Amino acid sequence: MDIAKEAMPQSEQHGRQRAASLLAKASGQELQGAWDALAEKPTVRPVRGPETGLVMVRGRIGGGGAPFNLGEATVTRATVLLSSGTAGHAQALGTSKEKVRLTAVFDALWQEQATRQWVEANLLTPVEIRVAAEDAQKAQETAATRVDFFTMVRGED
Amino acid sequence: MYVAVKGGEAAINNAHRLLADRRRGDRSLPSLTIEQIVEQLGLAVDRVMAEASLYDPALAALAVRQSRGDMIEAIFLLRAYRTTLPRFGASVPVDTAGMQVERRVSATYKDLPGGQLLGPTFDYTHRLLDPSLLEDLPVDEPARRPAPDEDIMRVSDILAHEGLIESDGEFPDDHEAGDITREPMEFPMPRDLRLQALARGDEGFLLALAYSTQRGFGRNHPFVGEIRIGEVELEMDVPEMGFSVSLGRIKVTECQMVNQFKGSAKAPPQFTRGYGLVFGQSERKAMSMSLVDRALRAEELGEDITAPAQDEEFVISHSDNVQATGFVEHLKLPHYVDFQAELALVRRMRAEIATRNNDGGMQEAAE
Repeated sequence: MDIAKEAMPQSEQHGRQRAASLLAKASGQELQGAWDALAEKPTVRPVRGPETGLVMVRGRIGGGGAPFNLGEATVTRATVLLSSGTAGHAQALGTSKEKVRLTAVFDALWQEQATRQWVEANLLTPVEIRVAAEDAQKAQETAATRVDFFTMVRGED
Repeated sequence: MYVAVKGGEAAINNAHRLLADRRRGDRSLPSLTIEQIVEQLGLAVDRVMAEASLYDPALAALAVRQSRGDMIEAIFLLRAYRTTLPRFGASVPVDTAGMQVERRVSATYKDLPGGQLLGPTFDYTHRLLDPSLLEDLPVDEPARRPAPDEDIMRVSDILAHEGLIESDGEFPDDHEAGDITREPMEFPMPRDLRLQALARGDEGFLLALAYSTQRGFGRNHPFVGEIRIGEVELEMDVPEMGFSVSLGRIKVTECQMVNQFKGSAKAPPQFTRGYGLVFGQSERKAMSMSLVDRALRAEELGEDITAPAQDEEFVISHSDNVQATGFVEHLKLPHYVDFQAELALVRRMRAEIATRNNDGGMQEAAE
């Protein structure tokens, strides 16, 4: 694990973390759409899963103190190998196996120089735009419920 | 000697078939979909996830549908399902300060960074039944207002600046968070394990205990420092990748209760705290949890233990509604042999008393 960490430059790690985060938020429809649009479908061999299991969700006492176990969440994960030898990993909340298998395929395609731009343009960017739009809408809807206090002056001074 | 009695197979099969029919109800009405339950009965789904201790809205909705809306039955179903799955690991602790806040209110500060955000609340409604919901009328889109780019600061951090409040609960660095699903319960129980038990505890039970502390049974003078509801990023370390990655987002409710102060010869007085964190949107539960968490810290804070809510073993041992319903409801299952034994015992005792009385009566008559 340490070797993997050292071998990967910091910027590359950030890039893949961002890609994995967006892939975890992609809907099944978005993933299937991207797969259907892919001109040359890669040969994919399953290595592990897709399999569903549990992740223990941790919180912190008081919000920032010692960790405690809050409860579990269903998580599905998969590892695939492209014929080029690139491995793709994916893990996402929920029990949708096909969605996570496709996510692993796109994780692998993102790592390959030849397909990274395509994955960025046709999957990651649209997901990023959708998530940002949804977040902005929610934030605006919440902001409309913000209380504006005002003081009423009563009587004469 | 023990003689097993068998039977009832046909009756059981037909009862389950009847249950399926009654669950479905009138066939001329459309069947509920999982999506409808998730979208329109979301708080029921949230309660099932919280008390089953398993975050999965679709499966929780399935459980609600299968249980005909019986919440504890739904919780039981989801709890049973979780036992069939392997554990992949534990998440990085969620960062509630970085939450995408959908609601945030404080009862201690009027003007605070981020403001009072009411969100989708039942508060300030008149609790009048709305006849317009008898029909499927169109519903207005929510109002919008530009969202300021401002951090929604924790109230506990505001008080902490002046040292007016105790810090977030700390353990030594080498303390590994305990897990009540893996280890048998032992008392006294550290606070991390208590919080895990309370997070899955029955809302009604915790609500009643929280209420009892307010009525004087383990009083601790609470103020809601802050309640916040919203989505947090769930991350996990993935060894194959060598770093932590996002698994998606989950909705949680957090309550920071600020309680009566405490000082000593060494430390000046400062407010104490209770903490609540619950899956989904459930502020009644998060508030109750934080009140009970604070009550259960009585011993740690040198308070007299006088009330049920302060009694760790009493509270934690009876807060799990799946365990509770299992033990209470098992009473309706056949106890024919046990009861026959008790019946025979009572008959024998009565016969002995009758014999004694008869003997006594005859002696009296003889005298």
